[in-house]
Amino acid sequence: MSKPRIATCSLAGCFGCHMSVLDIDERLLELVDVVEFDKSPITDIKKFDGRCRIGLIEGGCANEENVAVLRAFRRHCDILVSLGDCATMGGIPALRNLVPIDECFREAYIDGPSTHNPAKIIPRDVELPLLLDKVRPAHEIVRIDYLLPGCPPSADAIWAAVTALLSDKPIDLPYQLIKYD
Amino acid sequence: MSDRFTITVDGREIPAAPGQTILAAAQASGIYIPRLCHMDGIEPVGACRVCTVRANGRVVAACTQPATASMVVQSQTDELVSWRRQLVEMLFVEGNHFCMFCEKSGSCELQGLAYRLGIAAPRYESIWPRREVDASHPDIILDRNRCILCGRCERTSRDLDGKHVFGFVGRGIHKRLAVNARARLADTGADVTDLAIGACPVGAILRKNRAYRTPVGDRPFDREPIGAPVETRAELTINGGPAS
Repeated sequence: MSKPRIATCSLAGCFGCHMSVLDIDERLLELVDVVEFDKSPITDIKKFDGRCRIGLIEGGCANEENVAVLRAFRRHCDILVSLGDCATMGGIPALRNLVPIDECFREAYIDGPSTHNPAKIIPRDVELPLLLDKVRPAHEIVRIDYLLPGCPPSADAIWAAVTALLSDKPIDLPYQLIKYD
Repeated sequence: MSDRFTITVDGREIPAAPGQTILAAAQASGIYIPRLCHMDGIEPVGACRVCTVRANGRVVAACTQPATASMVVQSQTDELVSWRRQLVEMLFVEGNHFCMFCEKSGSCELQGLAYRLGIAAPRYESIWPRREVDASHPDIILDRNRCILCGRCERTSRDLDGKHVFGFVGRGIHKRLAVNARARLADTGADVTDLAIGACPVGAILRKNRAYRTPVGDRPFDREPIGAPVETRAELTINGGPAS
């Protein structure tokens, strides 16, 4: 029987949650014995190769590309896990939700103290993904099966969650592993 | 006291005295009823409703409702825990709570309650309100993004500090914390030694220049859930001898 596949992505996140995945240290060897990594920044595989058992979602949705990737993950994965505060609550990128979007653009491209843009052009190229009105947690875009908060979730929390899911057991995290920071 | 009586909380019979609230009686016997707007030493007001219990079947705030003889109180039922969860989640989405960089993280009572209630993320959509930060005071910062309108600072300043530094303005969703000056906290009589400054359960009122002093792992709610000291103290009392 083929090994279950795991896919991961970093949407509007900082890759800190992926660092925490790597932080499971030597248990990574145990993991690759029992799973195959599909689309993931860890393998640098860009496209889904097949049906995945678990999709780990880092980051919320800040733009249309994040939404497209997240929807692709929902289509290709049996179980989606929101990994970390950005995916579960919006996180640091959601700080821009406190500022109207045109003000964000002006600050980024025109008024910023280190910005040189004498023509005062705000880029509107089709190559650039359109920003959403607000940064949104993953579960506001697609159905998410499990939420694992933390900034980032600790390696132990990720390990406990992934191994439970792979063995069809309920995720039962001890109090010390649930953190919002 | 001769006119003491007993009540039952979640099936456990505990002593209570006339005038004592359900929350106080429960706490004296080592039963923690979650709360945010109440703290020991100030007058309870029943604002946050996190301490909601059923007393003889009626829904009441345990922090304000006096215990009466033979009262039957339910606290840890699925229904009440679910309501508490919803209340805490609503407080999260109503303000701007960024635990990952908040100085109060690890000792924040809102966060601690969310941990204790097993909340992974709020189920509601965040409002992302625009709220004012007042950093005018040399020793105190007032960040309304994190304010949950519990009123602990207001009552503490008024009743314990005798100062009336804080108060509320507006109603409903427009309600916000105001200070007793034209605009700035610096122009009030607030002092860093005021008890009101330490009364804030969240990171809305903080002393400056003290951030992140306690390492992650050693903060109050890193190892033990909020309320654990109430439960532990009672265990020690019970083990130390018969309750008098």
